[in-house]
Amino acid sequence: MKKFLKPIIFAIYFIFVGSSFIFNFESGELIGKNFLSFTFSMVKIIPVAFVLIGLFEVWIKRETIEKHLGDNSSWRGFLWAILLSGTTVGGLYVAFPIAAVLHKKGAKLSVIFTYIGASAVCRIPMVVFEASFLGIKFTLVRLLVSIPLIIISSVIMGNILIKTNYKIAKQ
Amino acid sequence: MLILYLATAILFIISFIADKQKTIKALKIAFKKFSKIVPAFLTMLILISIILFIFPQDLIIRYLGIGNKYVSMLIASLIGSITLMPGFIAFPLAGILRQQGVPYMVLSAFTTTLMLVGIVTFPVEKEFFGVKITIIRNVIYFFIAIIVAVIMGIVFGEIGK
Repeated sequence: MKKFLKPIIFAIYFIFVGSSFIFNFESGELIGKNFLSFTFSMVKIIPVAFVLIGLFEVWIKRETIEKHLGDNSSWRGFLWAILLSGTTVGGLYVAFPIAAVLHKKGAKLSVIFTYIGASAVCRIPMVVFEASFLGIKFTLVRLLVSIPLIIISSVIMGNILIKTNYKIAKQ
Repeated sequence: MLILYLATAILFIISFIADKQKTIKALKIAFKKFSKIVPAFLTMLILISIILFIFPQDLIIRYLGIGNKYVSMLIASLIGSITLMPGFIAFPLAGILRQQGVPYMVLSAFTTTLMLVGIVTFPVEKEFFGVKITIIRNVIYFFIAIIVAVIMGIVFGEIGK
């Protein structure tokens, strides 16, 4: 039953939105337009991101990631995570698969959580955009407060999860 | 964006010249990973389309502009957690709110939860990290966003006046 639930919900949604356009039902049309605009912005990013993830997986040696981001990496692992997050595009939905593949290659949990948090707050194009609308001071305060908190919480979360033998889902 | 496309294309060509087999394998991995996550992405897109319908921009502008700054901060953080917006929509919106005199701490609560907390990305996140971790991460980051907002209020002299 549960297996069929999702396709049924998807079908109902698309039939609803589709018929809204046919019968000029304004609310349904708005929902459909929201869907299309987000789908479009994701389609621009997702295929590229996944090709890069694929290339990463075949070319980058596990030892390299283990050394720089793994269990024995020092504070530099966190620095790498933050630098990498600055170049991430899109949003969290791109950061999750990247974090998963990094972990698969041996990056430790605290580093990938830092990467996820940092890619939410310090993607370079977004930061520039933010500063231009809300001012440099606003952006600086946000980065200087949130990044240390993200690192601290990631380390705590990582340590607790290691103790409970947590494994991230195989992808 | 263009730089990303170019960089990917160049890397791909180099990879293809260096090792055809490996490159094909990379594409297969990319496709497999992508097709596995498509239902979660679809769920996410459906959720976003409905939530943005429930919380349109003019409603957000109306709700954040009024009342007590602490209440506004809380409402802002809740709206930010529930919705998802790309930066090119969120920051101009924050700019408009600022011109209307909405405090920085409220704007901070809104934009930071928008970025850090994702109720609509839940279906995608749980595929990778499981339900428990997804909830824990989002709760922790919600509080981080609140801390950032409070410090923002202090720095801009909005708290303790």
